[in-house]
Amino acid sequence: MTNESTPGGGPGFSTKFAEDFLPPDLQDSAAKYRAEDDGPRRARGTDTTEGRMFTVTGGDWDDLLAETQFENDERIIINMGPQHPSTHGVLRLILELEGETVVQARSVIGYLHTGIEKSCEYRTWTQGVTFVTRADYLSPAFNEAAYCMATEKLLGIEVPVRAQVIRVLLMELTRISSHLVALATGAMELGALTGMTAGFREREEALHLMEFLTGLRMNMAFIRPGGVAQELPEGSIDRINQFITIMESRLPEYDKLLTGQPIWKARMVGVGILPLEACMQLGVTGPILRSAGLPWDLRKVLPYCGYEDYDFEVPTSTDADCYSRFLLRLAEMWESLKIMKQVVKRLSEPGPVMVQDAKIGWPAQLSIGSDGMGNSLEYIRKIMGQSMESLIHHFKLVTEGFEVPAGQAYVGIENPRGELGCHVVSSGGTRPWRVHLRDPGFVNLQAMPAMAEGSMIADVVAAVASIDPVMGGVDR
Amino acid sequence: MSTPSVPGGDGKTTAAGGYTSVDSPAEKPEGTTSDASAKGGETTEVAARSLHDPTPSGPALTAPTTGVERTGMFGVHGSGDTSGFGLLVSQPYTPAPAERPYGGYFDEVADALIAAMAARSIPPQALLQTTVANKEITFYVARDYITAFLWAIRDDESLKFELASSISGVDYGEKVARRLHVVYEMTSMTYRRHIRLEVAVDVDDAHVPSAVAVYPTADWQEREIWDMFGINFSGHPGLTRILMPDDWLGHPQRKDYPLGGIPVEYKGAEIPAPDQRRAYS
Repeated sequence: MTNESTPGGGPGFSTKFAEDFLPPDLQDSAAKYRAEDDGPRRARGTDTTEGRMFTVTGGDWDDLLAETQFENDERIIINMGPQHPSTHGVLRLILELEGETVVQARSVIGYLHTGIEKSCEYRTWTQGVTFVTRADYLSPAFNEAAYCMATEKLLGIEVPVRAQVIRVLLMELTRISSHLVALATGAMELGALTGMTAGFREREEALHLMEFLTGLRMNMAFIRPGGVAQELPEGSIDRINQFITIMESRLPEYDKLLTGQPIWKARMVGVGILPLEACMQLGVTGPILRSAGLPWDLRKVLPYCGYEDYDFEVPTSTDADCYSRFLLRLAEMWESLKIMKQVVKRLSEPGPVMVQDAKIGWPAQLSIGSDGMGNSLEYIRKIMGQSMESLIHHFKLVTEGFEVPAGQAYVGIENPRGELGCHVVSSGGTRPWRVHLRDPGFVNLQAMPAMAEGSMIADVVAAVASIDPVMGGVDR
Repeated sequence: MSTPSVPGGDGKTTAAGGYTSVDSPAEKPEGTTSDASAKGGETTEVAARSLHDPTPSGPALTAPTTGVERTGMFGVHGSGDTSGFGLLVSQPYTPAPAERPYGGYFDEVADALIAAMAARSIPPQALLQTTVANKEITFYVARDYITAFLWAIRDDESLKFELASSISGVDYGEKVARRLHVVYEMTSMTYRRHIRLEVAVDVDDAHVPSAVAVYPTADWQEREIWDMFGINFSGHPGLTRILMPDDWLGHPQRKDYPLGGIPVEYKGAEIPAPDQRRAYS
């Protein structure tokens, strides 16, 4: 196929091009695409069954087009990705262009498929939390909550009020940090790098608080079937209040930096439009649906976790474009702060954070020791030294898990991207028979062609950023 | 493209003709893509025929068994277990038919659904069973009529389930008759209600009419079910794999598809792969 004098590799380069991999009998036809000044950035074409294919690795469009290799091709198909375009994950877009106008757009997903749903079937119900939390890694608290609520629906148990309050706290904190990433990466993709640094700076505040509250910045697995893993640490209320104060001083900066900025508006206003009819047809939910004018927020319309007792608004818009989605995400962060303030008031009431049913509730009492978090010494002393029954109970519940009555349940909650559903099936055993996550990113990403086709190629970037797909959730 | 007529359709079926695939089919499962319209028509013909045929061919119209038979304490099958628990057998779970009143808005939805079925000449026996469990209502539906049901619940004034929240598959395992299920979680934005439709098919005849013409959002979700469970959605505009590579063999979320994994050594002890570990159910 190739020998020492590989035409593609100049001195010091080992770059190979598509034609270098053709079988020997086709090397003649490949030769005509090889120029004398082969460099690593030279775009060369080769004949394939799909037509002429060019491998472009850097360089300038003007130079490329000047080489007249494209003759009279009016349409070119370009491949964006599948490398990491930002922090969304790995998404590949295939765009058919006429000039700079996108004629057809298709997305290819699956690069981040990790088999979370299948893996859950081989673990106990409690262990399943550690899997689902890794699906949409920017909103882990929602994955955990949806999964646990579906499990609890099957178990037929009610979670203590305080556990629900803590869940709301974690979910709203996660919503803020997720929206900040949406904003930061969206800004980065459009070239507003200061928006990116600002977004990640504030997200760091949110993650620090999350670490203080749960022990981990992301993938906390803090929400468990039956409640939450443990009581919040001492001083939580002060830390939450500090966070709220910081966010209230920082959020207006986004208005100063982006909201009125002419370039930002030029890139976003009237771009990536998805009207209400299209949203309804494509099952799009979340900020995209609300930007089209429908105030559909599951926290309001089908309340769960006691959301009916919190006072907050559902911001909407009728512009249905990328800019209105940016404004909505900003407004939703303010609403989340409002909810967190109400949570702080409710946290002053003590109570259990896990169901009292000893057949379900996690037996161990966790505490912070000199070597980090673990079972509390007092508890270990009791089960190891005093009560054989407690030891047996602990051992059986932790290794076997609890049995969940046979049946199926579906729970839908509002995550930062839309309706996150969890469908669980139990066969009556200690492991889930089936866990399915209806990820809003997966469903919403179907709308990408509808937003992008007919627009300029630069607008595709803005449209995808406004969908805010997180590929960990899309591919699961 | 000829319009596939849906039994009891109200003329809105032309949406099927106007819809194009989001993805170009690279791999074409038999009889689903290029001949989509023909296949759709064929399915409907079968459905229409069985309207007048009291004993339609194919699997008997009964509610599906779900759940699996569970034996012993440690999943022991056959002999080898002397504890006595190995002979404990719990029968596969079958959801019980619900009795009136169902409670809550379920009665209203069920009445409206039955009325809509009559209006669209869907035979009553197409609704195999109604189950109320875990504060949810499930309608088990005959496979050939699923699109007719979807048109009905989407367009009927008193039902109006505009949002197909989630469409997913379940495999109930090798021992269960009609083990592959398609679960449609439907949300009514108008009435703020939630119901579930469910279709069960045999693994040898894993065909379900596609919902894409009714709910375009079904496109990727049905592709995922095809990819993961190998259920073939007749009439889908481009039924290709979506999560796994195009040339993948097998359907990973079927119960007979192994999880895979290798044993891991930890502090001198060998921990078996997750699917080889002792199970308690």
